[in-house]
Amino acid sequence: MLEIRWHSRAGQGAVTGAKGLAEVVATTGKEVQAFAFYGSAKRGAAMTAYNRVDDKVILNHEKYMQPDYVLVIDPALVYTTDITANEKEDTIYIITTHLCTQELIASQPKLLGKKVFTIDCIKISQETLGKAIPNTPMLGALMKISGMYDIEFFKESMIRVLQKLPQKMIDANMIAIQRAYDEVN
Amino acid sequence: MADIFELRDYEVWDGNMAASHALRQAQVDVVAAYPITPSTPIVENYGNFMANGYIDGEYILAESEHGAMSCCIGASAAGGRVATATSSQGFALMLETLYSASGMRLPIILNVVNRAIGAPLNVNGDHSDMYMGRDSGWIQIDCYNPQDVYDMNLLAFRVSEDHDIRLPTMVHQDGFMTSHTAQRVKTLSDDVAYNFIGEFKPMNDMLDLDHPVTHGVQTEEDWHFEHKARQHHALMSAVIPKIQEAFDELKVLSGRQYNIVESYNMNDAEVAIVCMGSSVETALEVSNELLAKGIKAGVVGIRVFRPFPLVEIADALKSCKAIATLDRSSPNGTVGALFNEIAGALFNTNTHAVLTNYIYGLGGRDLTKASLHTIYRELESNAESGNVTTPLQQFIGLRGPKLSFF
Repeated sequence: MLEIRWHSRAGQGAVTGAKGLAEVVATTGKEVQAFAFYGSAKRGAAMTAYNRVDDKVILNHEKYMQPDYVLVIDPALVYTTDITANEKEDTIYIITTHLCTQELIASQPKLLGKKVFTIDCIKISQETLGKAIPNTPMLGALMKISGMYDIEFFKESMIRVLQKLPQKMIDANMIAIQRAYDEVN
Repeated sequence: MADIFELRDYEVWDGNMAASHALRQAQVDVVAAYPITPSTPIVENYGNFMANGYIDGEYILAESEHGAMSCCIGASAAGGRVATATSSQGFALMLETLYSASGMRLPIILNVVNRAIGAPLNVNGDHSDMYMGRDSGWIQIDCYNPQDVYDMNLLAFRVSEDHDIRLPTMVHQDGFMTSHTAQRVKTLSDDVAYNFIGEFKPMNDMLDLDHPVTHGVQTEEDWHFEHKARQHHALMSAVIPKIQEAFDELKVLSGRQYNIVESYNMNDAEVAIVCMGSSVETALEVSNELLAKGIKAGVVGIRVFRPFPLVEIADALKSCKAIATLDRSSPNGTVGALFNEIAGALFNTNTHAVLTNYIYGLGGRDLTKASLHTIYRELESNAESGNVTTPLQQFIGLRGPKLSFF
């Protein structure tokens, strides 16, 4: 079982990102779950979303999770929420920030000694989509770090997930995914 | 004529989307709704389908849940296929009209996305609303995941509208844990789904002007009892066989097997957890972990909550020495409803299991695998000693000092 926790603000697209990932994973025959904690669901409030991926039907509906990957798509949440909650020894962090990885760890010492990768999904989404919707670039970064799927296969699958969007937005998302894939480190 | 909605053999849907598509495939004549979290997306998606030409029926936005169910009652009495959705406070406001729907024998389908009832205000999932409906004369079917929600919605129309039954059905799913959790759902094509349900056949419809009828008349002491007895008789006698028949046909169509009472890992199991909703699957996950270690500890899931399958549940639990009943609703002054139901089902049988009650998950509090392991350990000691080794009723997953009673 592969488990992923997203840290986001309501409105940044973590639920859509988690569901998009689930859609892509499901096309490969695997079982998936995508869910979120909403609370009172105010735009801008800190929230978490989750993915589970397995070869067998997923029976576990507990909210408690020890994630394999923690994806942070809002830079400030590194300081204001407990992104290391219930971590495992080898939990991998992919964090949206304008800082480089060393600077980020220096600014948040509890990440010291952990597997941390950084990528500026906010900047990428602003430059490609014209707004700060950092979910799809984060998926590009996840593909690079996890090696879950070949990036070309992933992008083709995402085109289907995003098919309701105007062509211009689909193209921009593909560039955002590729840029994050290339730039994460 | 509605446009065709292209579906894959499977889709990644949450429970709400699964319900919306089942309503679309059922070709419902009237949906009247007053949306409330977490059931909102069911009618929101449905409205979206309608706006995009995938639905031919009518969609009425009511002024309240009381109004929504009242519209449903009118539409159903007029002679149409009718459905809606609600949760929590909305369900509570509907309650008066729920009794009208069942008393008038109107086969309305109500998706109840189970949510806590305030105060304190809480939008998350527990079974307070489902329990509130249990004496209302409706059929209540419970779902554990989005696939169940899809299948049970289709089945609900077929069972409710049968002329031997003519009773409304609630299809229950857990707020957020099922309603907002996307998983793979295997679909039926629109034709197969519609044919499984069958065409709506009106009965005593008010718009049949050649055969005028009155619905919802006053009866008083003279006839009220006979009406209620007949309604109860239909619930008790006709519903379970009709659901079983629908399960059998659904299995032929889809390969998916449902049962009136769902038993998992119950062969030779001396201890069992009885519960409802998404908890059934989490409990099964724990049961599978125990089985891998050679410990036989089963799970019994309630699929049909009303009519309550007394005989089937007694049979499922007959070899048990210790049973835990898990209730996700505050019993407010007694033991949980499932404890009472299971005690009632077993009391006059040869099964003399030690029966305990756990209150859990109120307001969406997580039911963890760790808690389920604890319950199984306590069941093992109850089975070994033949006595209740814990308090009869315990609150689990509660912060602060341990709370227990009796």
